[in-house]
Amino acid sequence: MESLSNKRKVLEVKPLNFLERAYLPAIVGGLSTTMKHFFKKPVTISYPEEKREFSENFRGMHSLKRDEDGKERCTACGLCALSCPAEAITMTAAERQKGEEHLYREEKYAAVYEINMLRCIFCGLCEEACPKEAIYLDGDIVPADYLRKDFIYGKDKLVEAPLNQ
Amino acid sequence: METTDLIFRIVLIVVIFAISLVVAMYSTYAERKVAAFFQDRIGPNRAGPWGILQPLADGGKMFLKEEIIPTNATGFLFIVGPSLAILTACIGSAVIPWGSAIQIGGHTFDLQVTDINVGVLYIFGVVSLGVYGIMIGGWASNNKYSLLGAIRAASQNISYEISMGLSIIALLMLTGTLSLKEIAEQQHGFHWNVWRQPLGFILFLVCAFAETNRSPFDLPECETELVGGYHTEYSSMKLGFYLFAEYINMFISSAVMATLYWGSYNYPGMDWVAAQVGPTIAPLIGVVVLFGKIFFSIFFFMWVRWTIPRFRYDQLMDLGWKILIPLAIANIVLTGVGSTLLTHFGY
Repeated sequence: MESLSNKRKVLEVKPLNFLERAYLPAIVGGLSTTMKHFFKKPVTISYPEEKREFSENFRGMHSLKRDEDGKERCTACGLCALSCPAEAITMTAAERQKGEEHLYREEKYAAVYEINMLRCIFCGLCEEACPKEAIYLDGDIVPADYLRKDFIYGKDKLVEAPLNQ
Repeated sequence: METTDLIFRIVLIVVIFAISLVVAMYSTYAERKVAAFFQDRIGPNRAGPWGILQPLADGGKMFLKEEIIPTNATGFLFIVGPSLAILTACIGSAVIPWGSAIQIGGHTFDLQVTDINVGVLYIFGVVSLGVYGIMIGGWASNNKYSLLGAIRAASQNISYEISMGLSIIALLMLTGTLSLKEIAEQQHGFHWNVWRQPLGFILFLVCAFAETNRSPFDLPECETELVGGYHTEYSSMKLGFYLFAEYINMFISSAVMATLYWGSYNYPGMDWVAAQVGPTIAPLIGVVVLFGKIFFSIFFFMWVRWTIPRFRYDQLMDLGWKILIPLAIANIVLTGVGSTLLTHFGY
């Protein structure tokens, strides 16, 4: 049958000639190939000291954002927790008291906001669900730790640093 | 034997023992570094500057690991196996001449632990004993994978010892002596044996790879087929001994190869250098040269390991019995005819 793509290549199976059977020339060829690699620059990135450049839409650790006045954006509506397929997010809502207006943007805020980094699959659905643009996965890789309980990140680790500092 | 001579011997034994252990230790580090460089990586670099404390960390880890002796293993032989492996690896260095005679304060000392007139045979005997360590360990483990690995090691070593012996016979026909010291002295300057026995050297090299169970002939520890091979059941420092013995074997076989074929401590222009620096320093330069050759040889072992894939077992046996042995016999005939003709025509 005629080949449509013209890409077909008929291979001829020939018996090996003497040099090929002697195996030594092939070994010398292989040794020279590996020797070339010996002097190549290593491609290793020594991780904790050096970091690979992430792509723009890389999803890393979460951060809870503040608005332009430095107030926390999150209103503890729970949509992120609802959208989370891994059920990694929990929160407790609280009412804003008098004198806390400079801390929280709306009347309701998250008193406790916890993400279990061992459950999180970094899908970014919380980001999409958030109506207040309060949560983004724009951080670094979640660092290693020794205990499971230390992977439950609270507000101390998640909320952005205040503006005036 | 004089007292000074005896003291020098004892010092030499201790020094050589320490050197072979340190070289073997750092071979494990070098192997990982070399492997990394061949694969465009960096290699171990965390323990100490450039990772040079890595072998100590590995050794410490080996010592601290739990020591497991399987219930159904033969307890005594299970311990004898690795001990024998490391013992036979260490005693091979006794007959290797590390340098020409050195003069210190009016005394002349040989840089060789003992010069027995059957040095080559001694090396062969020790190498043959080495397989017992693997055999006993594999057998005593009472594990089918260990046993298969041990059987492989034994049949491989026996097959390749034949062609190794035959390739040496051609060399001995030229040197006329079995003493490694005399063989080293005959290669004075640049009269290295490898120029007279190129085919013999290649045969010896291939067999050395097989004898030390190095890739491409590392079938006794083929993970995909045999789990861990003969040391499947071993843990802790007993496993460490097996792995360590491999590196000491590599060092010793590199030293033997350098002594037999690559001119031992001889190098071109050594007479001129000896006239310049005197009889105390000149042998030491020879020792450095010998170690340079040994280190290159160890590097070559690693270079081959990260280049050539493992042989299949039947290919291994084919190579040993159908190719290397006939070639070695042909080499003997060629050497005999050649040397007879050369003497006949007066060279």
